[in-house]
Amino acid sequence: MTKYIGKRFLQSIIAIWGITLIVFLVLNVAGDPITLMLPPTASFEEMEALRQKLGYNDPLIVQYWRFLSNALRGDFGQSYNYNEPALSVVLERVPATVTLAVTAFIISLLIGIPTGILSAVKRNSVLDTMIRSFALLGQCVPAFWLGIMLMLFFSVKLKWLPTSGFQSWNALILPSLTLGLFSAATITRMLRSNMIEIMGKEYIDTARAKGLQNTIVIMKHAFKNALSTILTVMGLQIAGLLGGAVITETVFAWPGIGRLLVQSINNSDFMVVEVIVIIMATSFVVVNFIVDILYCIINPRIKLQ
Amino acid sequence: MWKSLKENRTGMAGIIIMLIVILMALTAALIAPFDPAKQNLMAKLAPPVWSGGTLEHILGTDQLGRDILSRIIYGSRVTMLVAFSGTIWAGIIGITMGAVSGYYGKWVDAVIMRIVDIQLSFPFILLALFVAAVLGRSLTNIILIAGISNWVQYARLVRGEILSVKEMEYIEAIRSVGGKNGRIIMFHIIPNVISPVIVQATLGMARIILMEASLSFLGLGVPLEIPTWGRMLAEGRDFMLTNPWLAIIPGVAITVTVLGVNLMGDWLRDYLDPKLDV
Repeated sequence: MTKYIGKRFLQSIIAIWGITLIVFLVLNVAGDPITLMLPPTASFEEMEALRQKLGYNDPLIVQYWRFLSNALRGDFGQSYNYNEPALSVVLERVPATVTLAVTAFIISLLIGIPTGILSAVKRNSVLDTMIRSFALLGQCVPAFWLGIMLMLFFSVKLKWLPTSGFQSWNALILPSLTLGLFSAATITRMLRSNMIEIMGKEYIDTARAKGLQNTIVIMKHAFKNALSTILTVMGLQIAGLLGGAVITETVFAWPGIGRLLVQSINNSDFMVVEVIVIIMATSFVVVNFIVDILYCIINPRIKLQ
Repeated sequence: MWKSLKENRTGMAGIIIMLIVILMALTAALIAPFDPAKQNLMAKLAPPVWSGGTLEHILGTDQLGRDILSRIIYGSRVTMLVAFSGTIWAGIIGITMGAVSGYYGKWVDAVIMRIVDIQLSFPFILLALFVAAVLGRSLTNIILIAGISNWVQYARLVRGEILSVKEMEYIEAIRSVGGKNGRIIMFHIIPNVISPVIVQATLGMARIILMEASLSFLGLGVPLEIPTWGRMLAEGRDFMLTNPWLAIIPGVAITVTVLGVNLMGDWLRDYLDPKLDV
């Protein structure tokens, strides 16, 4: 197991390095950071002056090395908009995003797991059809529209919940529901098909033949074996949650890094954009590394491979 | 195929939805009652016909008096164009990379698979957003982004399939009569992996439609003067209190289209791979 973890650790480090490389290349080769930073009216001289000042005339490899070594020291440059180090501008907003993502994640599990099990156990019943339709719909509705519709219904029409902001706990409900429903739908669908596959296995028949109660067969024998699937889906869902946060935060004016990302793109504050992209992608790599270790713990067969 | 489709009502529904949207996109100029960009400030913010509006503007008008129905019809063009060309582009990159990776193995495989890993460590929409922000607004860029943020799935799929067929006897037989690598990949391996690729393509297409809508919603999609569903939704949001239909209608259009693609994909998966009985 140590060998497996070591290998995955190395892969994660390579992935994080790759992320910095891609971010650097996209910003500096595909685009021109100077034209992105300055207003379109800037003269050629102004652009050249800034280019010289920020070292954009150096060879790419030198620039990348400078970028990487500064990044390792936590220095991502100054935010133009806030006149503060870009990293601290972003870190200030991380808690809001984490709160939102974690709540959404819990919601997705609370909805996804029971519906997934129910729909597999009561296969082809009316309940199953209903759950499946909702799960399918949940995967087709764009998050921003769902957010707006929830807002329209719960805030505008019923006036139960605030439309946006971060003032009270109930401001968290709509954004996290918006963000969590897509993941919930995915978990339902994956869990259902996995449970159905497991329920057809011989050891389930054995358990039943022993005269065990249906609930015990389902929860202890079938669901426990479906856990590894859930874990894999969960790891992947984190990416969905992080990406979805960008849209959900924008819709609900939630003061997290997703909204900051969109604002910074619109303000051409590319130092901040860079930090957010790196932080989001890195946290996704880290989460998946943790998921793989957990996976290894609950499914000992992995060790043998 | 027909028989399977007749038995599968949801699959049929999916295909009908897709056909309607494709037809809408192809004949937009003929069937749209108004020019989608034509402003008529005298008739701005008219409600749809079921909510007190007139038959002239069945789905109402927006804040500049533009006809919503015409904009929805024209909006389908961007959706379909990006969905199809993005999917084809992603498929070409992905299949090529996957085939090369699986067939040649060794360091080629290692390098390509590391690229795949790195790309998978980007939340999909984040990569799209980032590239869109840097490259700027244009239809070509959106298609390009759809391609580069979606090729990975095909690459993994094709690589996996190739690994399992490349040692088979018929491949060896072709090689023994002097078949070249490129020819073997093109004519003897890829046809074998085409059905999972088609299923993947429908899933990918749904993702691309949602991606394009999200980027347009955030103002990073195609240029603002081209009507798109995502953009209409973003603009309609400002009138949510007084004219909620402005935000509801484009959302329904996106959802129904994605639903159509997904239903079609589910049916295709059942049809092409009957082993999966889920």
